[in-house]
Amino acid sequence: MTGEAPLLSARDLHKTYGPTPALDGVSMDVRAGEIVAVMGPSGSGKSTLMHCLAGIVRPDAGELRYRDRNLITASDAERSALRRREFGFVFQFGQLVPELTCLENVALPLRMEGVRRGEAERRAAHWLDRLDVADVAGKRPGQVSGGQGQRVAVARALVTDPAVVFADEPTGALDSLNGELVMRLLTECVEQSGTAVVLVTHEPAVAAYSHREVVMRDGRIRTSAGMVQ
Amino acid sequence: MSLSHTLLGLLERGPRHGYDLKQEFDAQFGQDRPLHYGQVYATLARLLKNGLVEVDAVEHGGGPERKRYAITASGVSDVAKWLSQPERPEAYLNSTLYTKVVLALLTGRDAAAILDVQRAAHLDLMRELTRRKTRGDLADALICDHAIFHLEADLRWLELTSARLDRLAEKVRS
Amino acid sequence: MTGGPASGAGWVRQLAFGVRLAFRGGATGWTRVALTATAVGLGVAFLLLAASVPNLLSARDARESARVDYLQHLERRGDDTLLLGFVDTQFHGIRIRGRLLQPEGPAAPVPPGLTALPRPGEMVVSPALAALLSAPGSELLRTRLDYRIVGQIEDEGLSGPGEFAFYAGSDRLEGWSGVQRLNAFGDPTPGDGLSPRLMLLVIVAFVVLLTPVVIFIAAAVRFGGESRDRRLAALRLMGADRRMTRRYAAGEALAGGLLGLAVGVVLFLAGRQLIGRFTLWDISVFPADARPSLPLAVSIAGAVPALAVTVSLGVLRKIAVEPLGVVRRSAQGRRRLWWRLLLPFAGLALLAPLFGGRADTDGQLARVQVGGGAVLLLVGVVTLLPWLVEAVVRRIGGGGGVSWQLAVRRIQLDSASSARLVSGVAVAVAGAIALQTLVAGVESVSVQDTGADLHRAQVNVVLSEGATFAEAKKITSRFAATPGVRSVTGTATSIGLVAGTDQDVPFIMGACPDLREMAEITRCRPGDVFITEHDPESSDAPEPPRPGQQVTVEDATWTIPATVTRVKGRRSPDGGVWRGAVLATPEAAADLAAKPLRLSLYLGLDRSDPDAVELVRNTAAEISPLTQVYGIQEVQVDDKFAGIVRGILVGTVAILLLIGASMLATTLDQLRERRALLAALTAFGARRGMLTRATLWQMAVPVALGLVPAVLIGTGLGLALLAMLGLPLHVSPANLLVTVSAGAGVVALVTLASLPVQLRLMRPEGLRTE
Ligand SMILES: Nc1ncnc2c1ncn2[C@@H]1O[C@H](COP(=O)(O)OP(=O)(O)OP(=O)(O)O)[C@@H](O)[C@H]1O
Ligand SMILES: [Mg+2]
Repeated sequence: MTGEAPLLSARDLHKTYGPTPALDGVSMDVRAGEIVAVMGPSGSGKSTLMHCLAGIVRPDAGELRYRDRNLITASDAERSALRRREFGFVFQFGQLVPELTCLENVALPLRMEGVRRGEAERRAAHWLDRLDVADVAGKRPGQVSGGQGQRVAVARALVTDPAVVFADEPTGALDSLNGELVMRLLTECVEQSGTAVVLVTHEPAVAAYSHREVVMRDGRIRTSAGMVQ
Repeated sequence: MSLSHTLLGLLERGPRHGYDLKQEFDAQFGQDRPLHYGQVYATLARLLKNGLVEVDAVEHGGGPERKRYAITASGVSDVAKWLSQPERPEAYLNSTLYTKVVLALLTGRDAAAILDVQRAAHLDLMRELTRRKTRGDLADALICDHAIFHLEADLRWLELTSARLDRLAEKVRS
Repeated sequence: MTGGPASGAGWVRQLAFGVRLAFRGGATGWTRVALTATAVGLGVAFLLLAASVPNLLSARDARESARVDYLQHLERRGDDTLLLGFVDTQFHGIRIRGRLLQPEGPAAPVPPGLTALPRPGEMVVSPALAALLSAPGSELLRTRLDYRIVGQIEDEGLSGPGEFAFYAGSDRLEGWSGVQRLNAFGDPTPGDGLSPRLMLLVIVAFVVLLTPVVIFIAAAVRFGGESRDRRLAALRLMGADRRMTRRYAAGEALAGGLLGLAVGVVLFLAGRQLIGRFTLWDISVFPADARPSLPLAVSIAGAVPALAVTVSLGVLRKIAVEPLGVVRRSAQGRRRLWWRLLLPFAGLALLAPLFGGRADTDGQLARVQVGGGAVLLLVGVVTLLPWLVEAVVRRIGGGGGVSWQLAVRRIQLDSASSARLVSGVAVAVAGAIALQTLVAGVESVSVQDTGADLHRAQVNVVLSEGATFAEAKKITSRFAATPGVRSVTGTATSIGLVAGTDQDVPFIMGACPDLREMAEITRCRPGDVFITEHDPESSDAPEPPRPGQQVTVEDATWTIPATVTRVKGRRSPDGGVWRGAVLATPEAAADLAAKPLRLSLYLGLDRSDPDAVELVRNTAAEISPLTQVYGIQEVQVDDKFAGIVRGILVGTVAILLLIGASMLATTLDQLRERRALLAALTAFGARRGMLTRATLWQMAVPVALGLVPAVLIGTGLGLALLAMLGLPLHVSPANLLVTVSAGAGVVALVTLASLPVQLRLMRPEGLRTE
């Protein structure tokens, strides 16, 4: 894997909110198919880094490229389109639209891309099945358990066949058994499709699903252990 | 945990008598179980034989053993090597890690780096166990989980300690 | 929380605890209370203003009837008589009430608001007129009112603080026509002011304007309901039982209601001070007159807190506050239609007996019936709406884009709150439509097309005291020489009596070109006489006088010559037609030409020059202060009526804006609740447009649905009122369109106003919350 050019490449990223820097010169690469855990204490800038890498937040300074595209200079519309087509997201909570059924929620990213409803829901059903939550397809998020909801969210992140999935504390609100289930299904799915994952977590057991970790402290990366294998 | 490395580390701060060394060890790491002087003596003798310490001076009169020991250059590099190498992740290694961190602080080394290296090693083992767990059967999973949870506890401790390094440094140096 | 829920002291304590609870919760708690109190306060201020209208009207009526000066026509002069001439004028659209006064003895009456009569060449003016006269740009008016100002008219002599009025002294009024002699001011038997028909209109207007205000207040009480529910759930966790939570909630609502009441009183008092500064449609109000009538004020003070408590308890009935959170009692099955139809039908039933215009619409009972019927019909919109929204949205299936899907699902999940959000708009629109339908009907009988032709002339100058033909020629040329005047045609008019009969015959004298403006005359030379035909439609019109008949005009007898020609009357520039009138050139009646006859001139002006008409008025005032100058209008509207029409319009807009404000607050509340979701969807790459469109749909669908019953019920109510007055039934699609668009416009405005917040919530900061 080492020979390949990285999918995402960040150099010397800076981002400051108010007086304290949230990112203070961060450099890292994400290669195709690898799972990178971003760890570190609360407030160390994990989420900020993830938001920058995903093109949600524009860094104040630094270089950031996705494949051959410069994410620093890209317009908001271009970055939004990139997020729709190439990235998937899983958050800790508040991400499923409460009024839509789980199936409709999973179909949503496809529908935003203009896929016809029938086709979108067919593909959504497939992913719900892969994440073992086919039985909640017709229910609304408020009517399913946290673990099921999070698996629905994973299905939604994967339904567009993204190149990178960004997950911010995806198991933060789950017990260890459900957390494990979500992580196992997520890693299984991305391994088969060669999707890279940027996994923000402070739980070592979750980070253990990664190929390598990046540890943050005070807006900097502490250490980057060599890749395994 | 390695007594010889610990004594070496303490000596790095400056030559000491064997008895002073014991006193200092007890103060930093002994807590509720002070070291037997005989063990210190034996360890120092071994270190002397291996060329990691040397006798700096011998005082006459007074007590039975008035040798003052000093660390040698190869002793210093031995301490450095020991500190920079992660421990093999296993349960209940906190006391060793604690010793390492304190020694690093005492000798002005980067204690955070020790924790970082250790975290990486722990995570690597956790990855291995996680992989084994997801591939194996239920029995494997349970066994692996047991280990994983212990490692996780260590990692928690690592995180906490790295968050408290500044306070620890103050306390150790005072 | 000891002392058992049943004991009286505990009851009060729990209520008080609820009141205190309302102010807890830090900054958000305070903003919520402030929001509720402000909104309730706005509503209360509006109600108090409405409650002041009776006093406002009666104070105004009292002042106006105390200065009535047109009832007495004394024949004989005395020690206590006063000659009074009407010299009202206008200046750039401002109406100025003017009177010339000339005492005939030491005991002559002094009009209210004056301490003494002004001497000749002096005048007393209202404060507003004083300000106008000293303002730049009023030179023309200063020339016209060329009197020395010696004082100001006191408040009691004015209809309102913004009234423009003056009393000027004169010594030349003796013997002028149009001048009255009186020995007292005031109307000894003041009437009701408003006709029963207008009274009905006013009642309906109030009902229609105030029902949405009440609904608005009810909506305001629910602001921040979510956090309230969470707080109550926390109390349940600590051991409060259901009844106690209800009392806490009641206490909390009471706090909002009472505070709102206080805010409303303050707003009302503050607004009252401002009220004197505004003049709408020539009407201005003294702040001191805006006193709420006591019974109405007391009912407001009682009803608003009661409403607050009722509403919040009503909300609680639909949810179950359990220790671990709030459960909505949703699966109640479908909404039933029948009882929702009950209200509007009850309203119709109240109105029905009054149909046909036969019933006595004057009585007290009828007013209650009309008011009650209107309220029931309007409230029917509110009860029908949730059913309608649910019934329609349930059937909306797949189709449509993502934003549509998001919006529809949202409404399906909670159709009640969607319906509630727009019920205020629906009621306001329904009310406005009802009023407009009624107004259009009344309009059809009280607004008349005058038939005026503004191309021929724009101003009519009348000199009642009269002028001889020679003088008339001079006057005509003075007007013709006035800058901005393009054309002048004029005739002298009088009324003659056909000798030996009691038949009146209008007598009109003018040169040939002038007579041609009054009749279709083909050939005319000096010395000719014409008679215009009667209206062929009216059968009982008397025959016009025949040649040889004698006519007595102004004490002179004149014989209709044999050469008289019958011609057809022609509309004069102000739309009137002389029928059965004698038209004579001055050469044909030399005697009469030497007498001062009432002179009427039609002036064509340079319409691009706004000063032209003012210059004409100045010329007229120079000729005689009693000269009247009228602008010619294409339609003639009952003055009071026009005020009511505009009042409805302004009121509707004000209420729609009020409701818009509450919709905005609710929408922002809902958006804030969803900030994490919005931010997550943005992270997913959702286009801003998609999400804002979803918000728009989410408002637009219930509004569109709400406007259906609003139009139906509004039109129904309007037609019912018309039927009641025995007026022709008629619906004006244009008015419907305007009102419906106004309602829809408010929703668009609210969506637009919520956009900045929505865009802000879509930023990644939203991902950090919780
Ligand atoms: N939108 C923002 N406005 C102000 N400060 C911010 C914002 N986003 C991040 N910060 C600050 O930047 C720093 C890093 O925040 P970040 O959310 O990246 O931390 P984190 O590592 O994800 O923490 P946690 O584990 O608690 O989620 C913090 O000090 C935070 O207060
Ligand atoms: Mg974070």
